[in-house]
Amino acid sequence: MTRAAAAILCKDLRIELRTRESVPAMALFALTVYILLHFGLDRDTLDGDLASGVLWVTLLLATVLAVNRLFANEREDGALDGLLLAPVDRTAVYLAKAAALFLYLVLLELVAVPAFALLLLAPGLGGALPELLAVLLVADLGLAAIGALVAALAAETRVRELVVPLFLLPLLVPVIIAGASATEPLLAAPQEADGLGGWLAFLALYDTVFVLVSLAVFDFLLDD
Amino acid sequence: MPDPVSGAGAYVAAAYIVFVTLVVVYVAIIGSKVARIERELDALARLVEEREP
Amino acid sequence: MTRPVFGRGLRPLAITTALATAAAGALVFFYAPIEADQGFSQKIFYIHVPMAIVALLGFVAAGVMGIRHLRSRDRSWDLRSYVAIHLSIILGVGVLVTGSIWAKASWGHWWRWEEPVLVSFLIVFLLYCVYFPLRFSIEDPDRQARYSSVFAITAGAFVPLNFVAVRLAEQVLHPRVFSQTGGDLPGEMFLTLLVSLVAMALLFVTLWKLELSAKHAAQQLKRLRARLELQAERRAEERVSVGSPS
Repeated sequence: MTRAAAAILCKDLRIELRTRESVPAMALFALTVYILLHFGLDRDTLDGDLASGVLWVTLLLATVLAVNRLFANEREDGALDGLLLAPVDRTAVYLAKAAALFLYLVLLELVAVPAFALLLLAPGLGGALPELLAVLLVADLGLAAIGALVAALAAETRVRELVVPLFLLPLLVPVIIAGASATEPLLAAPQEADGLGGWLAFLALYDTVFVLVSLAVFDFLLDD
Repeated sequence: MPDPVSGAGAYVAAAYIVFVTLVVVYVAIIGSKVARIERELDALARLVEEREP
Repeated sequence: MTRPVFGRGLRPLAITTALATAAAGALVFFYAPIEADQGFSQKIFYIHVPMAIVALLGFVAAGVMGIRHLRSRDRSWDLRSYVAIHLSIILGVGVLVTGSIWAKASWGHWWRWEEPVLVSFLIVFLLYCVYFPLRFSIEDPDRQARYSSVFAITAGAFVPLNFVAVRLAEQVLHPRVFSQTGGDLPGEMFLTLLVSLVAMALLFVTLWKLELSAKHAAQQLKRLRARLELQAERRAEERVSVGSPS
């Protein structure tokens, strides 16, 4: 099954490399949101909780973009039926899509976080970078796990573009709570790593629960 | 002695009224659904009677 | 396929609910002491908290029913899940409104970010509102039931996690001096709360069975009508073919 998942993942990545539809859109979207918030909040620099909030909200909104497009290839070319006819476990599809989403998020952050530091962050990233990366990676796991599930749930319905943000964003509230709270002392001046372990533990719990739920439930979707 | 109906009492009354209203409206909706079932059943019974001479 | 009868035992259940509600009401207004800080408006606590707890349990129960549906492929479990979510949403409206009234009565603002129950409820409420457009956008009944169950399970797993997260967040933002919901309640208040909770839970189950019974009857009726009309068509065709010259 992991071979099937890897095959699907490679196909998706190759398509993404060729068409460049998801990741550049997410990156441009993030930059646009930074500009909007610069004007909206009327601030040149941010630090502490405001910086943390802007970073995470932007990340979550960009995730919505990616989730909307996650099954787009299959939908537009009718390839979903082909995928389902193949003797492939549905779970392999889930693993592939979640892994793809995780990679897209990491790529996004490679662009969006430095851009954020350059454009808006007052104290600069400095020594807190490893802790920030840790929080982002653990959170990305949860975003990817839930994003893939929501994408599948909404994939074939008529109201997909409404359902994805309205379903996904409330589900991600714990991620933003934990992520923003953990990041806030890292982006403040002076920098500290206050209570980081607790929030990371919570994120890990959240990730575990939803990976397990998604794996258990995914077989019942895409069942046509 | 503070008048219980104004002030705090009004808020408490409002809260309980909200609750009672929700329950009553809900029951009313189910009631109309049951009435529709009864009408349908009646129509169906007539349909069967027509076809059994 | 087993044919469930949802309305069984509804009358004794309803009577018990009525008694429990009366008992709760009596305790709230004649037994529970007036609270020192908030005065009389604290009585809203006895309707707001049971509604919140029962609604949250309803959402989680709907998730469990979703699991049973997926495992047994018995669509009656999906119907049970749907009605539970439907009822919990209505209770959710009540929670938000009474919570808002309580906030205004006790602290002068129509909203309190410090109350984790209220805040996590807002999130949960927004989440479950998506259930209905999702469910009704799917035409095939089997698929509709499956996707609804997946939603119910995912959202049901989310509810406790969300509550914990919001609680943790509020602890950081607003360190709690004393607890509103739970914590050290004097004995009389605790008893009143318990009885109110039981009454609210009984009410939920009663209304749940009531709606299930009505919905199921409507479904059966539709199927019966379809079958009778099919029979009538067939009989009409036979008459035509018999009557025509061979």
